[in-house]
Amino acid sequence: MLKLLLSRLATAIPSIVGVVVVTFMLTRLLPGDPAAYFAGLAASPQAIAEVRTKLGLDKSLPAQFVGYIVDLAHGNLGNSLSTGQPVVAEIATRLPASAELTLFALILAVGIAIPLGVLAAVKQGTWIDHLCRIVTTAGVSLPVFFTGLLFAYVFYYLLQWAPAPSGRLDVFLSPPTHITGFYLIDSALTGNMEVFWGALRQLALPAISMAIFSLAPLARMTRGSMLSVLGSDFIRTARASGLAPGTVVFTYAFRNAVLPVITVLGMVFSFLLGANVLVETVFAWPGIGLYAVNALITSDYAPVQGFVLTMAVLYVALNLAIDLLYGLVDPRVRLDS
Amino acid sequence: MRRRSFIKTTSAAGVVVAAAPAIWSEAKAQARNETLLIVGESPPNSMDIHGVGANRPAYEVSWNTHDRLMTYGVKKDANGNDHYDYTKLEPELATEWDLKPNSVTFKLRRDAKFHDGTPITAKDVKWSFDRAVTVGGFPTFQMAAGSLEKPDQFVVVDDNTFRVDFIRSDKLTMPDIGVPVPVIMNSELCKKNATATDPWAMEWCKNNHASGGAYKVERWQPGQEVVYARNDDWKNGPLPKIKRVVMRIIPSAGNRRALLERGDADLSFDLPSKDFSELKSSPKLTVIGTPIENAMMYLGMNVNQKPFDNVKVRQAVAYAVPYQQIMDSVMFGQAIPLFGGADNKFKGVYWPQKDGYKTDIAKAKALMAEAGYPQGFETTLSFDLGLASTNEPLTVLVQESLAQIGIKTTINKIPGANWRGELLKKNMPMITNAFGGWLNYPEYFFFWCYHGQNAVFNTMGYKNPAMDALIDKARFTTGPEYEAAVKGFIDMAFEEVPRVPIYQPLLNVAMQKNVTGYRYWFHRQLDYRQLAKG
Repeated sequence: MLKLLLSRLATAIPSIVGVVVVTFMLTRLLPGDPAAYFAGLAASPQAIAEVRTKLGLDKSLPAQFVGYIVDLAHGNLGNSLSTGQPVVAEIATRLPASAELTLFALILAVGIAIPLGVLAAVKQGTWIDHLCRIVTTAGVSLPVFFTGLLFAYVFYYLLQWAPAPSGRLDVFLSPPTHITGFYLIDSALTGNMEVFWGALRQLALPAISMAIFSLAPLARMTRGSMLSVLGSDFIRTARASGLAPGTVVFTYAFRNAVLPVITVLGMVFSFLLGANVLVETVFAWPGIGLYAVNALITSDYAPVQGFVLTMAVLYVALNLAIDLLYGLVDPRVRLDS
Repeated sequence: MRRRSFIKTTSAAGVVVAAAPAIWSEAKAQARNETLLIVGESPPNSMDIHGVGANRPAYEVSWNTHDRLMTYGVKKDANGNDHYDYTKLEPELATEWDLKPNSVTFKLRRDAKFHDGTPITAKDVKWSFDRAVTVGGFPTFQMAAGSLEKPDQFVVVDDNTFRVDFIRSDKLTMPDIGVPVPVIMNSELCKKNATATDPWAMEWCKNNHASGGAYKVERWQPGQEVVYARNDDWKNGPLPKIKRVVMRIIPSAGNRRALLERGDADLSFDLPSKDFSELKSSPKLTVIGTPIENAMMYLGMNVNQKPFDNVKVRQAVAYAVPYQQIMDSVMFGQAIPLFGGADNKFKGVYWPQKDGYKTDIAKAKALMAEAGYPQGFETTLSFDLGLASTNEPLTVLVQESLAQIGIKTTINKIPGANWRGELLKKNMPMITNAFGGWLNYPEYFFFWCYHGQNAVFNTMGYKNPAMDALIDKARFTTGPEYEAAVKGFIDMAFEEVPRVPIYQPLLNVAMQKNVTGYRYWFHRQLDYRQLAKG
C-alpha cells in the first residue's frame, strides 16, 4: 500500500513542475500591463515605471522566474495586488469556503443520484426510470448560473424563504472561531447554533443549484453500470439460488457497479471545485473561483499562479485518493497494481 | 438501508432549511436599526490611500477613517440634495487658518486624539504630508497638482500650529489640502512599525490603521466586507449618527438590486443605468442622481493619424454621432446631454458644457467631401471592456451612424486590465472613454485632457501651443484675464474637436427611504459621517 502511494506521488511530481512553469509563462503572455493598471488614475509614465520596479516586472523573465521559484520554496506565493493580501493567506481563507460548498453539494447530489440510479436500473421502464431520465436531462441542460439566478429570484426575491444571497453568513452574524474554516463544522464544534443555522441557510441555495447540475452524470452512470451488472451471469445465479432481492441488488450488484461511479464522482468533484465560479458570483460566495477570476480580470499574476498551482495539487491528491478507494472497493484492482 | 435513511434525513433537512424563519434575537434587531448596510461591486485593496495601486473603494475607507486639516462646506444642488461646496473650505482637524500670499498657518484642535488615544499634533501632520509627497505614485502626483511638492514646505511651528510654505502661487493649493490624499496619520505608531527598507511603514499600513477619524475599521475581510464602528471620541466634526457601517461585496448586479428592493441592504452605488431608471419609480427606494462634476463621456480621435489629423473629418464625425439615441437607449436618460447647444461657443466659466454639435448626417457628408473623403474610409473604434455595459451599445450605435457617412468602423474590445496600457501607447485611431477630475475647475480638466504635456488622459495626443498657453494662463490668473483664457480654450476645443463630448455622467445612488443625509462628494465615494437612518 505504502509503495503504491509513493509510486503514485512520484508520478505526480513532473505534472506539478509542468504546471508551475506553464502558469508562470501563461500569466506573462497575457495581454495587459499590471503596472499601468495599478499605478492608478492619474499616473505619469515615470509613476508607472516606479510601480513596475516595485513589482519586480522590470527584470528579465528568467530572473522573475528564479525569484518566483525561490519564493515558492519558502511557501510564499506572492502578494495579490487587487486585495492587497498575501496569496497564501487568501487561498487559505477562500479554499475552505469553496470546499464546504462543493462537498455539501456533492453529498447532496450523491444522496439523491445513487439511490435514483439504482432504483431506475432495478425497476427499468417504470415511472421511477422515467423520473431518473427527466431529472438527469434537466440537470445537464440547466447551467448552474441559470438555476442559481432562478433560485435566488424565486426563493429569495419572491418567496423570501431563503436568506439574501450575500455570502457565507448573514451580515449581522460574526464568523465562528477558525478551526477548520468550514463554518458548519466550526460553529458546531464551538456550539454556536445561531451561526450554524445562519451558515446552513446561506449554504442551501448555492449547494442545491450545484447539486442539480452534478446529479445528472452520477445518476446516469449508476443506472448504466447497475444495468450491465444486473444482466450478468453471477446475478442470474444469485437470483436462481433464491437469494433475497435486496441482498442481490445491494450486496452483489451494487458493489460491483460502484467502480465507474467513483470515477465519475472524482471527475465531478474536481470539475465543481474549479468551475463553481458562476455560483460563487451569483451568491457572493467568497470562494477560490471568484478570487481567481477577479485576479485574471486585473492581470494580477500572483493569485492566478497560486490558484492554478493549488488546483493542480488538489487534482493530484484527489486522483490519488480515488485510486486508493478503487483498491478498497474492488480487490481485483489491488492485485493488478 | 443506511442510504435510504440518509436520503430521508437530508431531504428533510432541506425542507427545514428552506422554511426555517429568520432567527432574530432582540439584540440583533436593535443592531439592524443602528447599522447601515452598503452593497458594492468592488472591494478595497488597501487600508492606506498612499499605498501602491490603492483603488477607489480604498479611498472611501480612508476618507471615513482619517481626518484631514480641512473639509468642504455643503450646499443644495438643483434638486435640493446635499452637495459639497468647492468654494467653501471648512475646519476639520484645523480649527482656523491664516492664508498669506506665501504661506498658510493652521491652528490644530487641542483635544483631538488618534484611535489609540495619542493626541494629534503638528508633527503628525508634517509626517503625513511628508509621506504623501515622498512615496511616489498617485499620492505624490495629486499633491503636486496643488504645488505641494517638497517636505521643506511643511513646517511644525509648535504642537498645535502647522505651516505650509508655498513654492508658487497656485489657486489649487488650498483645495488640494481638502482632497482624500493628505490624511493625518499617527506618526509614532507608524514609525514603530516602519523598517529600514520601509521608512514610511507602507507594508504595515496596508492592513492596519494609524488614524483618528470618525469611524474605526472593526473587521476587514479582503474581497468580502469591511465593518466599521463609530469613533465615539471623535472631536473633528459633529458625531456621526450611524453607529455601525457594513460594506459588503455582492458581485452580481441583479442581486444587489434584489437586496435593495427587499429592504435587506440600505444603499448601493453600483447598479446599471437601466436599474436606476427603473428604481426611480419604486415607492420603497430613494434614487439620487448627481451630475459628476468635471466629467464627460466622449469619443476621442487620434489627431496624429490620418485621416483624423484633418479637422474637417473630426467635425464630420461630431455631426454623425447619434447623440439622442445614446441618451435614450444606452443611458436610459441617466445623463446630462453635452450636445445640441445654441452654438459652438463658450457659455460660461464651468465645465463640461454643451457644444453646438448635433446629429446632422447631411452636414457630416458635406464635411467629409470637403475634407477629401467623399467615399469615407475604414478605421477601428476601441473601448474598455471593463465598462462594457455602457461602452458596448454606445459603440454599436456610433458604428451604425458612421457607416452612413462612409466611415466603416471595426469595434475593438480591450480587456480592462489592458486598457490603461493601450491608452498610454496613444495609437488607437478612435476610442470612447470617460474622464473626471476631482477639482472642479475647467483648467484642471483641460490640463489633463488637452494640454500638450500629453498626460495619459490626453488620449487624442492633441498638441497645440495656443491651447497650452491659454491653459497655463488660466491656472495662475484670476478675474477677467482668467475668464478670457477659459473662453479661449473652450472655444478652441469645440472648434478643433479632437474629442467629441457626448454626455456628462451621473453619480447614481439608491437607498432605502429611511436613509437620509446623503451628500455628493467630488471623490464619488460615500461619506458615512453625514448619513442617518430611521
